[in-house]
Amino acid sequence: MSSATGTLDRRAVVKALLAERGELLVISGLGSSSYDVFDAGEHPGNFYLWGAMGGAAMVGLGLALAQPKRPVLVITGDGEQLMGIGSLLTIATRQPGNLSIAVLDNGHFGETGMQLSHSGLGAKLEVIASGAGIPSVSDIADMAGIERLRASLQDLRGGPRLARIRISAGEVERALPPRDGTFLKNRFRSHLGFAVK
Amino acid sequence: MDQIAVHQDNATSRDWPVAIYRTLKDFGVAQLCYVPDAGHSKLIRLSHADADIKTTVLTTEEEGVALAAGAWLGGDRAVLLMQSSGVGNCVNMLSLMASCRFPLLTLVTMRGEWAEFNPWQIPMGKATPQAFEIMGTTVLRLDDPDEADEVISAAASLAYDGDQQVAVLISQRMIGRKKWTRETH
Repeated sequence: MSSATGTLDRRAVVKALLAERGELLVISGLGSSSYDVFDAGEHPGNFYLWGAMGGAAMVGLGLALAQPKRPVLVITGDGEQLMGIGSLLTIATRQPGNLSIAVLDNGHFGETGMQLSHSGLGAKLEVIASGAGIPSVSDIADMAGIERLRASLQDLRGGPRLARIRISAGEVERALPPRDGTFLKNRFRSHLGFAVK
Repeated sequence: MDQIAVHQDNATSRDWPVAIYRTLKDFGVAQLCYVPDAGHSKLIRLSHADADIKTTVLTTEEEGVALAAGAWLGGDRAVLLMQSSGVGNCVNMLSLMASCRFPLLTLVTMRGEWAEFNPWQIPMGKATPQAFEIMGTTVLRLDDPDEADEVISAAASLAYDGDQQVAVLISQRMIGRKKWTRETH
């Protein structure tokens, strides 16, 4: 079975997705995805996970249900999403129109020595998402597809959606966002107008 | 499977799930998520019937921990229902709550303690308090149906006002002895 890695540059993809983000709220999954989101530009509407492997999509669901008038984007990797694969079924039961999940798929566990992931060994995340009941799925291999996805993120009734984005497996320089979880939480909630107790 | 559970005889006639539901409403809980348990079935039905509570069924318990974090980020109070056999699944995800000091209120129906029929339930039931405590989660017990509102209220204050992770372990004695019968078909 051949590995299904793509050619897209992960930093360019994330930067493009977050351009003109408007009201978009962003959850980033453990690992390189958090570095990519931070590298695209600090924003109080970003919540970077530094742990909670497998939990990014569910954090996104809780947020999307609480904030139905704001678009919510989860940006994570194939390995992180694979660990929480059941969450795709859970998200489908709720059908949150404002939730999108962008899986940066390089077919590898990039943080831990570049072992092939299940995705790299042939699993198709967008097919799994479709089977789980996610109505809008896509398999993106070029920047034109990224641009179409970016435009769709603002549609609060079009989700939930999952995009598998084929990125290259090359390593990029780390860009480290703040690691203090309480700071990130309070910054995010303040951005939404909730007072710090 | 040659046996099925047909019903449960409640050890008490008191309607403690309704008391829990009312207390959660008093605290403004807006999201409820669960892995099903017979002991929680009434509360789950009440939640599904309540348009003001977004109710989510999970495939595994740790999903609910992450959901509660996202709910809080967005201004919602969430509660997670599970049975004791699911507590071990949550251990690593509880790091998220501790690292960010996210509130967590989880209500756990106990198995493996009072008149347990299934030996496979006993190891996780016995380890349930410690599994929470090793991650810094505060454990409260609800043993008396008359104390349901008081205990849940105390736990909710500790979670939502005190930014703590709190588990209320609901005694298997309150849920009642599980009755088994031969399947007839």
